[in-house]
Amino acid sequence: MKFGIMINEGPYTHQASDTAYHFTKAALEKGHEIFRVFFYHDGVNNSTRLTTPPQDDRHIVNRWSALAEKYKLDMVVCVAAAQRRGIADADEAKRNGKDADNLAPTFRISGLGQLIEAGIQSDRLVVFGD
Amino acid sequence: MSDDEMMQEGGTIKKFCYVNRKAPYGTVYALESLEVVLIGAAFEQDVSLIFMDDGIYQLKKNQDTSDSDMKNFSPTYRALEMYDVEKLYVEKESMEARGLTEDDLVVPVEVKTSKEISELMDEQDVVLSF
Repeated sequence: MKFGIMINEGPYTHQASDTAYHFTKAALEKGHEIFRVFFYHDGVNNSTRLTTPPQDDRHIVNRWSALAEKYKLDMVVCVAAAQRRGIADADEAKRNGKDADNLAPTFRISGLGQLIEAGIQSDRLVVFGD
Repeated sequence: MSDDEMMQEGGTIKKFCYVNRKAPYGTVYALESLEVVLIGAAFEQDVSLIFMDDGIYQLKKNQDTSDSDMKNFSPTYRALEMYDVEKLYVEKESMEARGLTEDDLVVPVEVKTSKEISELMDEQDVVLSF
């Protein structure tokens, strides 16, 4: 089956990103396809490379990146939600006159159309939220 | 893919349902849900909006946010018609529990019972809950 994944909550505060990760990983290991992982609302905070959890805790951002690298996942961060919350790649930072960027590797910033497309193209769009 | 899906102009049309359950200003969900609906409208899908629980308050007339430094985005719901988003449903039980009637809302809606809303959700291809 082809899944689309939507994540609506940030890391550590809510379980949504953890559950989404475990679901996505399990689906891939079972041979299912993940069309796209889309980060929205505070979910965009799962994509900052400045995340530094204590060493004995899971690293939610790096964990997503490693999964994306292994399975060539398309992980999209909503541009409007990201701008509100201070998440930027190099292009976005430059365009908005910021002196730094913080998007982690394997993530990309794009628009909400990518979410709608995931809904259209996937057999199931699974939403992970509060 | 469900049997209800139609092919038109070479593209798939799916039933997209946005479920709005939260009050308009305490959290960002209502505003960012509306942003998805507006962007999604460009994809010409079969869109329905459901308002239930505190989500009913998103449609309340005479919202005044002037003292809270929040943007009053309730006029945007009246613009949905221009985007061909015309199926707006309100859950009867949620509306009555809050002492509201259709006359209190900024747009015309169809009132459905909890059971009918459940049936409506069952017909959908994609359900996005905010």
